[in-house]
Amino acid sequence: MTHLLPLALKSAWNRRYSLGLTLLAVALSVTLLLGIERLRQDARDGFAQAVSGTDLVVGARGSALQLLLYAVFRMGEASQNMSWDSARALAAHPAVAWTIPISLGDSHRGYPVLGTTSAYFEHFRHGDRQPLAFAAGRPFAGLFEVVLGAEVARKLGYRAGDRLTLSHGMGGEGLAEHGDKPFSVVGILAPTGTPVDRSLHIGLQALEAIHLDWQGGAPIPGLVIPPELVKKFDLTPKSVTAVLVGLKSRAAVFAMQRHVADYRDEPLMAVLPGVALSQLWELLAVAEQVLRAVSALAVAAGLAGLVAVVLASLDQRRRELAILRANGARPRDIFLLLALEGGAVTLAGALLGLALKSALVLALAPWVQAEFGLVLRLAWPGGEELYALGLVLLAGLLASLLPGWRAYRLSLADGMTPRL
Amino acid sequence: MTTAPLLLLEDLEFRWPGQAEACLDIPRLRLETGEQVFLHGASGSGKSTLLNLVAGVLAPMRGRVEVLGRRLGALSSADRDRFRVDHVGLIFQQFNLIPYLSVLDNVLLPCRFSRRRRERAGDARAAAATLLRHLDLAEALWRRPATQLSVGQQQRVAAARALIGRPELLIADEPTSALDAARQEAFLELLRRECAESGAALLFVSHDHRLEQGFPRRLAMAELNRAAAEAA
Repeated sequence: MTHLLPLALKSAWNRRYSLGLTLLAVALSVTLLLGIERLRQDARDGFAQAVSGTDLVVGARGSALQLLLYAVFRMGEASQNMSWDSARALAAHPAVAWTIPISLGDSHRGYPVLGTTSAYFEHFRHGDRQPLAFAAGRPFAGLFEVVLGAEVARKLGYRAGDRLTLSHGMGGEGLAEHGDKPFSVVGILAPTGTPVDRSLHIGLQALEAIHLDWQGGAPIPGLVIPPELVKKFDLTPKSVTAVLVGLKSRAAVFAMQRHVADYRDEPLMAVLPGVALSQLWELLAVAEQVLRAVSALAVAAGLAGLVAVVLASLDQRRRELAILRANGARPRDIFLLLALEGGAVTLAGALLGLALKSALVLALAPWVQAEFGLVLRLAWPGGEELYALGLVLLAGLLASLLPGWRAYRLSLADGMTPRL
Repeated sequence: MTTAPLLLLEDLEFRWPGQAEACLDIPRLRLETGEQVFLHGASGSGKSTLLNLVAGVLAPMRGRVEVLGRRLGALSSADRDRFRVDHVGLIFQQFNLIPYLSVLDNVLLPCRFSRRRRERAGDARAAAATLLRHLDLAEALWRRPATQLSVGQQQRVAAARALIGRPELLIADEPTSALDAARQEAFLELLRRECAESGAALLFVSHDHRLEQGFPRRLAMAELNRAAAEAA
């Protein structure tokens, strides 16, 4: 085979334009295949990293997935809250190491506002169990103080000391403003690559305070309570959206889950983030399969193009093959020569596709993170990607047997004198 | 072994599949080592078929083809391929060269496939250089792609390729028909001189009687091939 390789390469170089284009087609299809695989895995990793260290998410009984999406990813709407008393009882349970109460509902220019306690900055973990870090400033301590996620600060250009007001409700334009009670930015978190980056964090009491003179989603007409006076009211929250729970021992997680489900005072549920996430992936499995099928079809189209080009070139190369035969090439050499060519183009296409995918990840990662909060990582191809690459190579080699076989037949029939 | 003829055909018959009549029927043909033979054959006289039989690409229905005492019919097709490149150099009418290889790489082609030719050539590149020089191909051409050469130059490159590694038999099938008369003569002279120098027998096949001057032995398909004689 070694004596054929230089010949195959020179012959391929001689037809570099048509082969180059098919190589590009194979490379692009491989880029698509690997890119989709990368996106899929990074999306999964991103979701999993957003809740690392949280053993249970507790909220009003309902859909586990909805609770997780809302409490952790700040997507969708909370259907129901749980009472503050339940949250306190949970925190006092002997198996519980820490709790982070979470209240959602308000927003600032499209970014969700999260009411919580200082436990958030102490216990919340992301990524590989990393704690939150401050890029500037400190946690909130006073009432009308806000801590911004990295993306909020960067996109909206806030710095420590700036003042901002919150809007009532989630969503886009046309929301009522809590304009009478502005907040000052006291801290900005370091980037995490999770929904934390897109959140504004305030104290639960502050959330209570801005809603003192509100009822049913609108300011109570005629009632205005200025910021200086809010401290005269009881600012203990009445309810929260969810509670993130860390246990002293992970072994207690199922017992705790049952304990929450059997809670007497109100219907609650405790969700294991990993389990809820796998429900989500099951839901998305069909879409993933469709994407995979589309990229697999693209690869098949690329390889079919390759075979077509190599086959089409055969007729023009009959004389070349006859000359090779006359100078000692055996029919099986001819077979190898053609199969080698297809295989080499597939290999080059796969490698170029891998390089293209890596270049795309490098080039687009900042934009994807900014737009979609999805962290794309440049990594050596892992198990699934290697498997996909292996399949592409195998398919390419198998497909290349076809022109090899045809050339073999031709060279047997033609001998040294091609009948053209 | 020294008594074995270079080429021996006996009682040879070949029919193309699906045809009732034999296209080749040769009672006997014998070539000695180093012998130079002119074989006259009009187109359709079966000479291409004969060459394919001698080269072992086609197998006869009957009779035997022996080259250097080896009966080709007894060899497997892969062994016949190897035997051919080991012992036979071939030159065709035209388009002898691989377009994407340089002149030098074209000449070295048999050495790529045949260890015997490679070993007999010694330093293959030096041998190729010597042959190219003998065949009046300037060194400036050696690195060029074969397609940039004139037809006459290409045929001389093909001759160098057929001669490299000193095969015992050189078969030339109308190698001069694409050349003009003056060049035909010069090419023939070079070819015969180089064959004599390397000790190769030359089986020169052409329809053109003018080229037979200087060949000590002249044959004609019409006499050799009973099938052609009957058809005529």
